[in-house]
Amino acid sequence: MKNTVIASIVFARQHRVATALAFLLVFPFLMPYDALSVNILIFGLYAVGFNLLFGYTGMLSFGHAAFLGVGSYLAGISVVHAGWPWWAAIVVGVAASCLAGLVIGFLAIRTRGIYFSMVTLALAQIVYYVFYKAERWTGGENGLRGVKVEAINLPGISIDFLNPLNKYYVILVFVALALWFVSRLLNSPFGAVIEAIRENEKRAAACGYDVARAKLLVFVLSAGICGLAGALRALHLSIVPIDSLHYLQSGQAVMMALLGGMGTFFGPFVGAAVFLYLEDVVTNLTRYWMGVVGAIFMVFVLFFPKGIWGTLLHQIERWQRRQGGSV
Amino acid sequence: MTGAPILEAKAVSRYFGKFQALNNISVAFRPGELTAIIGPNGAGKSTFFNVISGGIPSSAGQVLFEGRDITGLAPHDFARLGIAKSFQITNVFKQLSGHENVRVALQMRTTRFQILRPREDYVTLIEQADALLERVGLTDSRNKLAGDLAHGQQRSLEVAMALACDPRLLLMDEPTAGMSPQETTVMMDLILQLSAERTVILVEHKMKMVMGLCKRLIVLHHGELLADGNPEEIRTNAEVKRVYLGQN
Repeated sequence: MKNTVIASIVFARQHRVATALAFLLVFPFLMPYDALSVNILIFGLYAVGFNLLFGYTGMLSFGHAAFLGVGSYLAGISVVHAGWPWWAAIVVGVAASCLAGLVIGFLAIRTRGIYFSMVTLALAQIVYYVFYKAERWTGGENGLRGVKVEAINLPGISIDFLNPLNKYYVILVFVALALWFVSRLLNSPFGAVIEAIRENEKRAAACGYDVARAKLLVFVLSAGICGLAGALRALHLSIVPIDSLHYLQSGQAVMMALLGGMGTFFGPFVGAAVFLYLEDVVTNLTRYWMGVVGAIFMVFVLFFPKGIWGTLLHQIERWQRRQGGSV
Repeated sequence: MTGAPILEAKAVSRYFGKFQALNNISVAFRPGELTAIIGPNGAGKSTFFNVISGGIPSSAGQVLFEGRDITGLAPHDFARLGIAKSFQITNVFKQLSGHENVRVALQMRTTRFQILRPREDYVTLIEQADALLERVGLTDSRNKLAGDLAHGQQRSLEVAMALACDPRLLLMDEPTAGMSPQETTVMMDLILQLSAERTVILVEHKMKMVMGLCKRLIVLHHGELLADGNPEEIRTNAEVKRVYLGQN
């Protein structure tokens, strides 16, 4: 039994995109209702984008809500004010968040550690304020309403987007593409460079890598992935709540990544799933969800700093070593 | 004594606030010559090392590499020009395997921002990394995490990483610091081998170690150039004896 589990997890790590896809295909049938599955899909992607920067490059941004929100709002504005089709809205949302990533990243990567976190937080607050004040375009406090996408029209086929299960699978296509991209990136030479930067910036520079440029590039890519999550969320919810840009949303990315296991491929997704599932269950029982989250979070930070998935991988590697090598 | 210098410091000074760590130092290093920069604690050795290796800029003066002004260039430019260094405090990628440490360092000359091709496609890099690990005697540590290696092994790993960018000039800051006597011997042999194929400059605290190893010694004291010559000249230099040997 144990060996089967180990073998399957080893397989999962080798074929991570295929595994993720296979799991996500049946995922809605394991969840109590479809909207929750869609939510987990979107926030899983958001956490994966965040983890690219935090877990793999070692840069703790406290302002990633800016990219989720910019992606959401720009996709929403494309639909509501410009009347563009859904796919153009996604493209605009991703492009806008990449641009926001370029500007915020350019300013923030000059700092390190806690200062980096503070600068990203401050800049994200500026983005919040700008969107809050631009009421004519964003609806201000009420959020942007009327992001209506009733059908996904492809050549020869029209999919009813109001059906939650259809919605799930349409969004899954984009999430799968993004996961494939992240997986390729992590396997690439550039993926090696960002891990080297996380491990030792000085040494990476002495090896001839332009650390600032690499950081900026990964910052923009991370922002773009979070922006994609945001754009998909706008289509999913039909509105863009101003909360999308709130710093609590930035904090949620940190929590999900830590809960699942930072610097692992599946960790952030696991973290997002557990977080949102618990939120759903607990809010049905009590009003004090935030208190419960706080307690869970403390337990993990204190006793399982590698997160759920990270701890599991660690255990498996120990078993493997005890059995003397490979399984 | 032949040929243009590979590295030249011209009237280099460095201040930290009002404190003058380096005062108007001019030295030329000739290609192929194994040189050591020595001096007692606080002599300015590490500051000088940092200035010529791109760690910190000089406050005044110039650094020339093969006749080209490299003063104030970024650390990654130094590596790309052909100047590699190993740090005084070991700097390796601790959570990566020994092999990956060297492979990443090698990769710089081939590809830096390739995002979509798998690393495994670059077979030559993988083979070259294995060859370099063998060179520094770390073949057995190929798959171990760099952070799990013994101190001496980590230092050897760092040398392999410095060699990965095929430097014409190798700068080493106290390469045997914290090493056991056996490890020191191994490292000294390695340095001697390396100096046969490229220019090596070391900064060293232990005078005994470099006396038998280097052809030329440069002695710094209180941020100034005190003496410059072959081991015999340095051994008999009265000034050096006074400030340096007297301490031991």
